[in-house]
Formats: sequence, structure tokens, C-alpha cells
Amino acid sequence: MKWINVTLAAALLAVAGGGVAVADTSDKRIALSNNYAGNSWRQAMLRSWESVTGQAVTDGVVAAADAFTTAENQVTEQAAQIQNLILEGYDAIVLNAASPEGLNGAVKEACDAGITVVSFDGVVTEPCAWRIAVDFKQMGKDEVLYLAEKLPDGGNLLEIRGLAGVFVDDEISAGIHEGVAENPQFNIVGSVHGDWAQDVAQKAVAGILPSLPDIVGVVTQGGDGYGAAQAIKAAGRDMPVIIMGNRHDELTWWKEQKDANGYETMSVSIAPGVSTLAFWVAQMILSGQDVPKDLTVPFLRIDQDNLEENLANTEAGGVANTLYSAEDAASVVAEAKAM
Amino acid sequence: MSEGAPSTTLLGRGYAWSTSPRVLRSLLPAFSLAVILIAIFYLQPRAMSPIGMKLLFNLAVPIALATIAQMFVLAVNDLDLSIGAYVGFVVAVGSTMLSGGLAGLPLLEGLIPDPAPWIFTTPLAGIVVLAAAIGVYALLGAVIQLRNLPSIVVTLGMSFIWAGLAVLVLPTPGGSAPTWLRGLMTLQVPIVPFPIVALIVIGLVVHLLLMRSAYGAVIRGSGGNPRSVARAGWSLVRVKMAAFGLAGLFGVLSGLALLGLTTAGDANIAVRYTLLSIAGAILGGSEFVGGRVSPIGAVIGAATLTLANSFLTFLRLNPDWQIGAQGAILIIVLALRVLISRGEVRN
Repeated sequence: MKWINVTLAAALLAVAGGGVAVADTSDKRIALSNNYAGNSWRQAMLRSWESVTGQAVTDGVVAAADAFTTAENQVTEQAAQIQNLILEGYDAIVLNAASPEGLNGAVKEACDAGITVVSFDGVVTEPCAWRIAVDFKQMGKDEVLYLAEKLPDGGNLLEIRGLAGVFVDDEISAGIHEGVAENPQFNIVGSVHGDWAQDVAQKAVAGILPSLPDIVGVVTQGGDGYGAAQAIKAAGRDMPVIIMGNRHDELTWWKEQKDANGYETMSVSIAPGVSTLAFWVAQMILSGQDVPKDLTVPFLRIDQDNLEENLANTEAGGVANTLYSAEDAASVVAEAKAM
Repeated sequence: MSEGAPSTTLLGRGYAWSTSPRVLRSLLPAFSLAVILIAIFYLQPRAMSPIGMKLLFNLAVPIALATIAQMFVLAVNDLDLSIGAYVGFVVAVGSTMLSGGLAGLPLLEGLIPDPAPWIFTTPLAGIVVLAAAIGVYALLGAVIQLRNLPSIVVTLGMSFIWAGLAVLVLPTPGGSAPTWLRGLMTLQVPIVPFPIVALIVIGLVVHLLLMRSAYGAVIRGSGGNPRSVARAGWSLVRVKMAAFGLAGLFGVLSGLALLGLTTAGDANIAVRYTLLSIAGAILGGSEFVGGRVSPIGAVIGAATLTLANSFLTFLRLNPDWQIGAQGAILIIVLALRVLISRGEVRN
């Protein structure tokens, strides 16, 4: 009987501590260094940070979690900001960087001062920092994989790309093309740049449509799905499966179509709440847990069955969001360790 | 600027310390720097340590060098709107060709035989390109003087060319600073932090160069009264070339200092430097016309601007207000200067 009690206690301890000796972080201070706040995604990111870290401070998980945004999206300004945060004596800096390379000097200084630096979204290459990166390539590939499942017969696809010359655009597009190469029943018959904006996408799609054969699907990069739908509707064509990007207008349109004729698609993007994931990762590192340097942001994917729930949580003009918890961070870390 | 050439004549009033408003004027930049520094120490006592001072003044070094570059152009009555893009270009060249030679260029990746012969890996390529860039600056001075072109238009055009070249050299952020440069910028000096030593040295060297040498007086004089300088037998074209060439040289130094601090390049890293350098020079007592400049003031002005930024961060000011607050600091200092200048006129 006694050994059962002992094992039970040990098991409980393991569950409570995640199997690792965890140090107290209630006296630790974490700062968010953000380079830009000029669009709805970044605004939502800052609000997510506020609500989650505010609760964490109230609960005594950490002593402080202040957000700092540079006035202009400039590398030198953010480098100065990081140096100031070092001076302020923060224990960890969570960073959305203006440049993957230009901040390395400042980040190294922070590391040398014994500060934990966790970069996310806009990650830095300095080896002493942690990186929570977005696998944009996988995101593009996932779109094609979904279509392959939904349309086993394949067909012609229209690709809407983002802003030309931007790294993200290249990555997502590369993923889409990789997916199409693996699923030869699909064929990309046209490609336009929608600049992640619905008005640009609408114009671009309206321009290319007359030259296209029948299309069964539209692969997108987010922000462009609603514009594509409007252009296709105006051309009087059958509505293909348009992959959405979690924007409010896209989800609203999808919901209308779903109610009217049972339209089916999926929507995928990165939740602005990823800042809160970075916060919990920083907290885990401060508590002495072993965290791999390279982590991957999970996608926020919306499917037919959870559309209503996500639409209700998305504010008008904004993008679907989710707030991460310490458990989410732990599972992301566990996933990275398993790889 | 205490001994800056007055706008009316070059040789007339000479170096007058006599009137107290002039002394006040020359002390104003140092005074503003002291006020902001004390405010920072009050808000964040941790800054009052060697490491703290190092962090505070680190990024002031490249800005001070860019401000000096701008000041040379101001000295001959011109304005350089391309210095920010130019510094970005220097950073791009420095992080590629200066550390890895031609082989360091992402543009030529795969085109160079492996193992690359020394001609492709020698940092000499970077030195040649940077020297050529300084040459282009000197040439700009000649063109502006000979064709009587507005410098604002010429340098605005050049800013796009520099920015384009920078992106060509370094299309995506990357590269790495030469080791010697990184070593220099992270130099450990006993007692006084390196950035402060560097700032003092920059200020003094340029002061000697521009304020104490005969040719320096000619450069400033050509801004104050070009006609009399020409009558005295000096070639105005050469004077402009010298001033712009010096601006190009200090632009290179600024880019290299910045690269040493960041350790890796980004073509768009110094976009703000154009306006910062103008603001720093003016804050330090230079004027837009009349060849009235002050090297030591310019260094102090650049340091003040850098500290003003830190001060606002320590204040926890909402970022939406920060640009405005920076502007307010500038306006306050300039308003003080106007007040003092009025006193000067009355005297």
C-alpha cells in the first residue's frame, strides 16, 4: 500500500512540475521589444500581450511584463531600445525584430548581460537568442494538402501571391508549389500579386480571370480571399474553393456562403497572440527549463466546424486570434524537443 | 561654434569670445546634454556605471560621425539628404566586400570558382569601393559648384542611387562585420567607456581640422562669403570638393562604426540618419547658412539626440507620443538658442 502512495505522490509531483525542477519566476521581469504597431495584426498582438501578461503579473507568475514599441520601424532605434532595456535590468526580452541581422550586436550585448532573449515572428539570427519562427512554407503546403483531400480529382488552381520581393511571399509560394509538385493532379494556371490586401487582390484577379480556364481552387496568402471571391462572383463564374486567411471579411463571407449553399473551405494564418506564446516560452526559460533554441509557431487553422466560434472571436476589420497558455508553450517546446 | 566665422565677413570680427551671449550659445549644447543625462540618471540609476554609459552612448558614435559628415556639407552652405542612404550603402559594402572580398557579394554567389583565388577574397575590394564612394562625394561637390545646382535636389537624387546600390550589394539582411571592426567597436578601455573616448576624439580631431587649420577657415569662409574667398584666390570648386569629400569620408566612418556595433548588415539600417544628422548638427549650434558650424557642438548634438531617445524609453512614454516628444526637445533647445541670439543682436 505504501509504495502505491509513494508512486502516486511522485506522479503528482511529475504532473505538477512537468517532470522538471522548476524555479520560481515571481521576481523576474520580462520586456517586450516591438518594432512596429501600425497595422491591425500588430495592434492585436500588443493587446494579446497586455491581457495575458497582465493576468500573469496579477497571479504572481512574473513581477512585470512591460511592452515597448519603437516610434518608427527602424533597426537603429530598436537597437537603442534593447540597450535601454538591458539598462533597466529586465531578466528577459521578448523581441519582434525589425531586422533578422541588424540587431545581432544589441542582442549579443543583452545575452552577455545575462538576459534571456526570445525572438518571435521577426526573429534574429544571433545564436544566443531563442527563435519562435513561422514556417510559412508549411503554411503554403498545407493549403494544397487540404485541397488534395477535398478535391481528389484535382484541377486548375489560381495562386494569389503577396507583396513581391518580400521573404514571406517567397516562402508561402514555395510551399504551395512544393505541394502542387507532390500532387500532380493539380495545375497552377495563373498567378497574381494581391499584396495581402483585398482591394488589390480583387483587381488582380478580375484582370486575369478572362484568360483562365475553369478553376477549382484558389490558393492564397491571407488578406486576399475576400477580394478574390468578389472578382469571381462579378465574372459570373462558379465559385471555386478559396482558401482564406483568417481576416474578418473573409470569415464573414465564408459564413454567408456556408449558410446559403453549404460552401466549404478552410482558413489558415498566424494568430497575433503568438506574442503570448513567446512570453510563456521566456517564462519557461527563466524558470530553468531546457528549451530548444528553435521553435515553430503553430498555425491558427479554421475549418468548417469551428468557423462560427472563431468568427465570433474576431473583431471587425481584424484577424482571428487565440491567446496561448503556459501549457500551449510547453507543448510547442515538447514538439521541438521531439524533432 | 564659439569661434565660428560670422556671416558678414570672414576675417573681420575674427574669434570673439567677448560677448556673453556667444559664450552662452556655445554652452547651450553641452547644457542640454547635461540636463538629459542627469534626468536619465535620476530615472535609471543603473545607467550611472561604466557598462551603463557604454550602452547609452554606443549608438551615438555612428550618429556623431554622420552628423560631422552633414556638418561639413552645412559648412559650405549645402545640405546632404543622402547621408542616411549612403551610410546604409557603406554598411552593405562593409558587411560583404570588406570582410569577404568580392566573394562576399550575394550577387556573385555561385559565379566565383571554388576555392576562390585571392583576388576574389581580398578585403581590398571593399576598400576600393569605399574609396570610390568618397570620390563620388567629392565629385558631387564639384558638380554642385560648377553647374550651380541646388544641393538638396542633387543629394535627394543620390539618396535613391545609394539606396539602390546598397540593396544590390546586400539584397537581404546578412553578411558580417570584419573581425577587426567588431573588435574596435567593443574595445574595452580602462575607466572611461570606449564610446565616450571615441566621441571626444572625434570632436577634437574635427575641431582641429576645421576650426584650427588654415584650410578649415577657407572651407567655412566659402560658406560665409564665397565671393571673398574666391577673390582671395581660392578655387571654390576645390573647396566644395574638399568639404564633400570629407563628408563622404565621415559617412564611411559612420557606416563602419554602425556595422561594428550591429555585427551584421542591413541595407535599410540607417534611413533615419539623414534627419538625425541634420537635427544633430543644428542642435549642436550649426546653422543652415553662413558657414557657421561647430564640430564639438555637432558631436554633443548627436549624443543629445541619442540620449533623448533613451530618456523617452525610460519615461515609459507611449510610442505614439515619442516622435512628438523628440521634436519637442529639439524645439525647446532651438527656442533657447533663438532667445540667446536675440541677446547677441542687442549687444
